[in-house]
Amino acid sequence: MEAWTALIQILDATIRVSVPLLLACLAGLYSERAGVFDIGLEGKMLAGAFVGAAAAATAASAAFPGAAWLGLCAAIMISVFLALVHGFASITNRGNQIVSGVAINFIAAGSTIILGQAWFRQGGRTPALSADHRFNAIEIGTLRSYVDSFTLAFPGFPAGAAGESSFVWLARGIWVVVAYPFQLLFGTLGYLLAWVLLGVDAVVQYIPFVSDVFRELILGHSLLAYFAFTMVPFTWWVLYRTRFGLRLRAVGENPGAVDTAGISVPWLRYRAVICTGLLTGVAGTYLAVSQNAGFVKDMTAGKGFIALAALIFAKWKPVPAMFACLLFGFLEALSIRYQGLAWPGIGRVPVQFINALPFILTVILLAGFIGKAIPPRAGGVPYVKER
Amino acid sequence: MSTPYAKLPRWVDYGLIPAINLAVAFFVAGLVVMLVGENPLSAAVILVDGAFGGGQNIAYTLFYATNFIFTGLAVAVAFHGGLFNIGGEGQAYIAGLGVAIVALSLDSVFPWWINFPIAILASAAVGAFWAFIPAYLQAKRGSHIVITTIMFNFIAASTMVYMLVDVLKPAGSMAPQTRTFLDGAHLPKLNWLLEAVGLSVRSAPLNITFLLALVMAFLVWLLIWRTKLGYEIRTFGYSPKAARYAGIREARIIIVTMVISGALAGMMALNPIMGDQHRVALDFVTGAGFVGIAVALMGRSHPAGIVPAAILFGMLYQGGAELAFEMPNISRDMIVIIQGLVILFAGALEHMFRPWVQTVFATLAPRAAGVPATSGEGA
Amino acid sequence: MAEAAIELIGIDKSFGPVRANRDIHLEVPRGTIHGIIGENGAGKSTLMSILYGFYQADSGEIKVGGKPTAIKSPNDAIAVGIGMVHQHFMLVENFTVIENVILGAEGEALLNTSIAKARSELHRLEKEYGLEVDPDAVIEELPVGLQQRVEILKALYRGAEILILDEPTGVLTPAEADHLFRILRQLKEQGKTIVLITHKLREIMAITDNVSVMRQGTMVATRATARTTVEELAELMVGRRVLLRVEKGPARPGDVKLDVSGLTVKDSRGVTMVDGVSFNVRAGEIVGIAGVAGNGQSELLEAISGIRKAVAGKVLLDGSPVDVSGLTDPGDLRDRGLAHVPEDRHHVGLVLPFEENENSILGYHDEDQYVNGPFLDIPAILKSAESQIEKYDIRPPNPRLKTANFSGGNQQKIVLAREMEQDPGVLIVGQPTRGVDVGAIEFIHKRLIAMRDAGKAVLLVSVELDEIRSLSDRILVMFAGRVVGERGPDATEGELGLLMAGVEEKEAAE
Repeated sequence: MEAWTALIQILDATIRVSVPLLLACLAGLYSERAGVFDIGLEGKMLAGAFVGAAAAATAASAAFPGAAWLGLCAAIMISVFLALVHGFASITNRGNQIVSGVAINFIAAGSTIILGQAWFRQGGRTPALSADHRFNAIEIGTLRSYVDSFTLAFPGFPAGAAGESSFVWLARGIWVVVAYPFQLLFGTLGYLLAWVLLGVDAVVQYIPFVSDVFRELILGHSLLAYFAFTMVPFTWWVLYRTRFGLRLRAVGENPGAVDTAGISVPWLRYRAVICTGLLTGVAGTYLAVSQNAGFVKDMTAGKGFIALAALIFAKWKPVPAMFACLLFGFLEALSIRYQGLAWPGIGRVPVQFINALPFILTVILLAGFIGKAIPPRAGGVPYVKER
Repeated sequence: MSTPYAKLPRWVDYGLIPAINLAVAFFVAGLVVMLVGENPLSAAVILVDGAFGGGQNIAYTLFYATNFIFTGLAVAVAFHGGLFNIGGEGQAYIAGLGVAIVALSLDSVFPWWINFPIAILASAAVGAFWAFIPAYLQAKRGSHIVITTIMFNFIAASTMVYMLVDVLKPAGSMAPQTRTFLDGAHLPKLNWLLEAVGLSVRSAPLNITFLLALVMAFLVWLLIWRTKLGYEIRTFGYSPKAARYAGIREARIIIVTMVISGALAGMMALNPIMGDQHRVALDFVTGAGFVGIAVALMGRSHPAGIVPAAILFGMLYQGGAELAFEMPNISRDMIVIIQGLVILFAGALEHMFRPWVQTVFATLAPRAAGVPATSGEGA
Repeated sequence: MAEAAIELIGIDKSFGPVRANRDIHLEVPRGTIHGIIGENGAGKSTLMSILYGFYQADSGEIKVGGKPTAIKSPNDAIAVGIGMVHQHFMLVENFTVIENVILGAEGEALLNTSIAKARSELHRLEKEYGLEVDPDAVIEELPVGLQQRVEILKALYRGAEILILDEPTGVLTPAEADHLFRILRQLKEQGKTIVLITHKLREIMAITDNVSVMRQGTMVATRATARTTVEELAELMVGRRVLLRVEKGPARPGDVKLDVSGLTVKDSRGVTMVDGVSFNVRAGEIVGIAGVAGNGQSELLEAISGIRKAVAGKVLLDGSPVDVSGLTDPGDLRDRGLAHVPEDRHHVGLVLPFEENENSILGYHDEDQYVNGPFLDIPAILKSAESQIEKYDIRPPNPRLKTANFSGGNQQKIVLAREMEQDPGVLIVGQPTRGVDVGAIEFIHKRLIAMRDAGKAVLLVSVELDEIRSLSDRILVMFAGRVVGERGPDATEGELGLLMAGVEEKEAAE
């Protein structure tokens, strides 16, 4: 039973730490399938985390409702901006894509510290976000509260404090217009889900394993986590079932074919890097506004690079990408749980070794012991019309 | 084969355009300074004064520049071989082990002038080893060197934490660092050099490693442009197919180039460890390995460009420290932004202003812009 | 004469200092096949790229169907019914035929319906023009001839009324080329207008109604094909009588210098490119290898020169074996007197960003004459580069100039000078005159004959049949990785053409 609990906990942690990897990995997939290599995932995620947390904290301090959503929007905006800088360098200016990615990582690493310190003066942290202003885990209770908010708050208008400024009033109005459809949607979904689950719960409580799986693995994650895993089939669908996906894959293989077919290569690639920006923004938000209660300097800690490795592992395909991210997430979860623990037969394994294990395994696996990963043929090469 | 850009005079290619790129990078950095509510111009004044206002400051600037010369050369040598060594940081960090072993075991045995050459070899060997593995994996197993060297930075960081916390830390000490070295592992300062030109230096860490860095810059020039090996590295860097045709073995060049690159990065460890702190502490590299990328790009991979670029970054580093006193909103991390901007504008956006410069030249001197390069010195 | 489908008026186009097209006028009547002929680099492809919207003309006007039309992108060209089959196919290799056909013409945001629509449309086109191809086949698994068919289908699917084909037969066997011509005639009967770019006179005479000749960026003449001759066109193309035969005495073959037996080479995908090839080359003779591009000639050269590893077979150089398993260093072979002028001078034979003198030692950079210990002997290198420049009339005569700034012919001379001046016993030459101007071709041919007469063994690979026939003392023909026949220098073009098409010798004799 103890082993079962441990397993469930590790798997739960695996899902938690896999989410930012998965978001960043799928982000990279859009760009790289279109022929633009991106080692700046780390920087975009970091900038997204900082700006997301900063925006959420600022909004929270102004008693702005929906601070988390505002943070998400801000994070996406900054990540898309950085993705466009990468696009400008590598698509329009035909610069070296690796160099551009490196540059973006440093710009993000430096600015998040400098701006964080200058604006908040908490040693590079953003002010801690209370639970109300984050994307929280969706538990059965949350589902119930969604139902409540649906029934109770729907016709109402958030009550304003006396003497609030016109800015806050305006923001409140925007919030109602923007967020109510979401509340409506999730309220309805939550209502349905709660009905199904609570009904099921009564039955499954005598079968603890199933119940655990439900409670720990399927429920109990933030909205953004569900978004991340939904993006896997969605990305597959986009890639293989839509016109945009067909063109995206084509431009990563032979941009000449796309150009002669009368499609603009730069515009197509720009759209791909915008997708990358969107998803890295969500990844950053997850780190700073969901998993943690704010931004901490260098909080991505190499996740962007692990996501990159996972992308290579997955041979640039969405479903394998999910499994690669879960594998790396599992390693990380294992290292967090078993720090300094004595392993049977080996003895005490240094914490640092377990910390380095994802990187060591990546190197070993990259060395070609898992078959050959063939990148998109036009990857990393700027498109120049042939004379 | 077409050259995508028309010819411009050499001084425009090698002087004006890089200067414009740099100016833009610093302009954007100035915007960041404004964003945190400080005046970029007064920041620049404090910066330059902090870096060059007096012997003490110059000595510090050159001390930091020493680090960047080594790492800049390391990145540049790899660039010539068509390889991107992002692992300079990890190679320098792990090379601290080589220095530590020599210093800890020989500091009571020999004087510095015997220990120094041994430590040079040790740091170079360990740095080279750390670059050898990614090189070997690229040459023989086809794993991408950019990704592998990134991974090796993380592995080096974990290894060093383990070594300093669990192995090298003296018993009874709390700080994760080695014991302080004895005099036999202290390198002589170079303050007399500045005092000789009439500057006064109280106490600055500038030491003999600076001279070693200059010697290495010369040797790298000699290697790349004057030796057979350098010719082979450049051939491979420009065209792996031509190298194969010329009987240059790909695996050998990848490995040799990366080993040289790693050795140069490794020697950087000498400067802070034996020249200044006299012990190995956590994070002594402080990003110098990454600054090397900016330095190499800015110096166009030529030692004659790398040394001034390294001094410029040394200036930012030293001046940045002074700046942090005067302007509390600015810390040394400002250098990370500047470094990123330099990499962006001098590297990835290298050609952004070229068409514009070309137009200007075509209007000012129609003949200079269109002539074939036979008269490269035109205009 | 029917109304003009396309009219080009005063087209000008420059790339930097190079004027690729100057004041071009061209009129193509509807429902005809119009040939445009000219040497490599005459500006044919540039002109057609302008018509297809790939480049913009600096000045001039385009009329389609009598109406002035601005064609700013391939999209505009497609919209007015112009389709193009590029010399290098613009196909996505790991896509299926149908995915390639609909790319850019999907119609809807979701693929399901557009694929279904394309399937029935392809079926119709297949019936109407005899363009059979499996819509679900993956491009990289199709033979070249079928890939080209996919390109034609792409254009027709977009409703092309005017079809431009850029050197369509370069990669085809004569049989495949004949099939293509049948398709083109059928398209013409259906009222389509076809513009055929080529440098092969035979094709012009065989299929076109009218022909325009380009030379050095200008349109020098337009003729009705029925009222011109091969000789007239050839003269218009090069501007003077073509010297088809190089002056040479009879060969005096000596000992066997290069002996190849059972050589088998596979490419990176594991496809057998060279299949048990055996032959020898004697001192004092030129052995030419003819064949359509892509039949294993390139891989054969690379295997012999040590660049590519062979999976089986033996090579003897001067009677002693060469390890062909991939462990041989091309440098060792050079030391043993084997020099190699590679097919691809831009990426293999030269390092374009290098100075000329640096390229003049490529591959010989560890010879004693160029080095002092580990250092390069730069004065010696410059001196030898200067002497090569003088001997081979390389222009401009500046050994410090970047190689990228030399013209194609002069770049090729740099390679030839380097390889020939080392006085090798065996010289392997691939496509020595590709992209080289006429004057330089003559010079290069004379040099090769001089090598032969100096008692060297020369192995020549070229896709230019004329070049093979005028230089070789013995001609081997390669098809599908095998040597399918050997002929003397007096073999006729027809005889060799059949062999190149893979028609067995017995059949050929009948």
